Amino acid sequence: MSIELDFMAVLAEWPMLLRGAAWTLGLTAISAVLGVALGIACAWARTEGAAPLRWVVGAYVELIRNTPFIVQLFFIFFGLPALGLRLSPEWSSVIAMVVNLGAYAAEIVRAGVQATPKGQVEAAMSLALTRAQTFVHVVLPPALRRVWPALVSQIIIVMLGSAVCGQIATQELSYAANLIQSRNFRAFEAFIIATLMYLLMAMAIRHVLNRVGDRFLFGGRRG
Amino acid sequence: MSDTDQNNNGAAVSIKGLRKSYGSNEVLKGIDLEVRPGEVIAIIGKSGSGKSTLLRCVNGLEVFQHGELQVQGQPLVYQDAAAMRSLRQRVGMIFQQFNLFPHLSVGRNVMLAPGLVKKEGGAALEERAKQLLARVGLADKFSAYPDQLSGGQQQRVAIARALAMNPGILLCDEITSALDPELVGEVLGVVESLAAEGMTLLMVTHEMGFARKVSDRVIFMHQGRVHEVGPPAELFAAPRTPELQQFLASIH
Amino acid sequence: MVDFTLWDIVRNLLLAARWTVVLSLIAFVGGGLVGLALLVLRSLDKPWLQRLVAGYVQLFQGTPLLMQLFLAYFGLALLGVETSAWFAASLALTLYTSAFLTEIWHGCVRAVPRGQWEAAQSLALSFMEQMRHVVLPQAGRLAVAPTVGFLVQVIKGTALASVIGFVELTKAGTMITNATFEPFLVYSCVALMYFALCYPISHYSRVLEGRLHVRH
Repeated sequence: MSIELDFMAVLAEWPMLLRGAAWTLGLTAISAVLGVALGIACAWARTEGAAPLRWVVGAYVELIRNTPFIVQLFFIFFGLPALGLRLSPEWSSVIAMVVNLGAYAAEIVRAGVQATPKGQVEAAMSLALTRAQTFVHVVLPPALRRVWPALVSQIIIVMLGSAVCGQIATQELSYAANLIQSRNFRAFEAFIIATLMYLLMAMAIRHVLNRVGDRFLFGGRRG
Repeated sequence: MSDTDQNNNGAAVSIKGLRKSYGSNEVLKGIDLEVRPGEVIAIIGKSGSGKSTLLRCVNGLEVFQHGELQVQGQPLVYQDAAAMRSLRQRVGMIFQQFNLFPHLSVGRNVMLAPGLVKKEGGAALEERAKQLLARVGLADKFSAYPDQLSGGQQQRVAIARALAMNPGILLCDEITSALDPELVGEVLGVVESLAAEGMTLLMVTHEMGFARKVSDRVIFMHQGRVHEVGPPAELFAAPRTPELQQFLASIH
Repeated sequence: MVDFTLWDIVRNLLLAARWTVVLSLIAFVGGGLVGLALLVLRSLDKPWLQRLVAGYVQLFQGTPLLMQLFLAYFGLALLGVETSAWFAASLALTLYTSAFLTEIWHGCVRAVPRGQWEAAQSLALSFMEQMRHVVLPQAGRLAVAPTVGFLVQVIKGTALASVIGFVELTKAGTMITNATFEPFLVYSCVALMYFALCYPISHYSRVLEGRLHVRH
């Protein structure tokens, strides 16, 4: 039995593939920034907020972490219009990714914050800093440093999960691959190439974010 | 040295009948103490005698249940965050574990609180920070990071950091206990110069020689009470109670 | 236009949820067995085998599960194998689960202190005996909480099988939405059902983690 694979038919469509990859990276970049910001806000709420706020954030985190991303995406794209909120595929994808990453980032950042040595907070309090100032200037930077690898991993997980957004016609990489194979019937080849591109993007993102973390977040301190 | 109001007829710290418990365990059983401005008080005693707890009550890190505590004429109001912050601008604290902020340089450590709390800024703040660091003998370490410094150096930075807020009172909680012996002297030297300049100091310490040399009064605490009080010459040379005699014997 | 009651919707979703559970169990058990085999391979003292397993793990952890499902589906078709959504989904999810579980368990084995290995060696136990009687029981205790926790990821992963036509809870949701034009209601029910499946398991995993720390 001979299998005939024709990768060139897929690689010929490289502009479409690259465009899809660019979309994936763009979606990931926006979601990473907003999602981590949301996660930090939630971590703050859970450690410093009033009880009702803590409960709401806790419920949000548990809901997102215990339901599949594809269902969250479909809910936003298909479900919200029934309430009058109609969003484009791209906006739906970004919002779904931000909401998803935010919940995981909330837990990750909260763990980092809770690992703060008590003495740091006492020193900040003794210097008359407010609770907000203490959180932003004394607690958060070392906490982010502590959990940076976990945050990077979660960002990559969200990037890989964004492949599903192609199902609602967001023109990212999996959509591009699907489109290509629907035209030239080279499904296996198309998806192999797309998969390898995802793998490369995952490795590249990890490398870049680790460098970014080292240089910008940690005030130039290494390791 | 202090930029707060001069309360000449008032004590720097006034403690009356202070009692504190952790749950059912009473650790401070009625403390009475008046500290005059510019006075240097050394607090000594066995571990568990309540010395650190008492110190931490003065700047509100510990909450007491009964009694009165006033700092520069103002009672402590725990529920009022603004009042507590105002208190902590007037009372500085140095910790046994230094507690420098590891992600900030030495200079930024010193400048952080004045910048945020007193809204000082710019070149003036940086200049003042450099002067403070020079005062503790670390002028050349402005851009260094805490993990590049020895314990003694870190503690001196901590002192500069506390001084940056211009407190009238400084609380020192066993500030040399975590230091290698050869580094203790450099820190005590800075404290001694602060005392000479008229800073009000409350020090929990195990350094008896230093306490004898620098303090105006020594307080010996035992099981949550002030057991003996007096000038160092009297207390060390002629301990009256068996507990203090035992304590002094055990540390020599 | 046929009128659908809430119960109609829920009943059909529940029926489909059965397949979510079945697929999850297949992937979890199958993935566990493959993962265990990989774990043993990894602990043999052969660097090339270790690199191979590490590469396998990186492949499954560094690529989208959706792509893995597509590759299983179309790859099997290429090989001339009779491909059903069942077979492709089971295969992809089993391999996916095996990679993650073997990595989790590998971490647990590494977490057993070196001194335990050395003590066992000093007692003249063979390698397999060291594993069986000293290391694996301790690693196993550490592994229970994260393994249970990963079951939640598997259940969520089955939702992607809907994309290759496997009729489980999510696919049923899509189909019912198309029939009833009630996307908000239907997908809310779908989400709640996944939550009902996953949350108790997540909670239990946290309880197990707590127990582990208390014991020490």
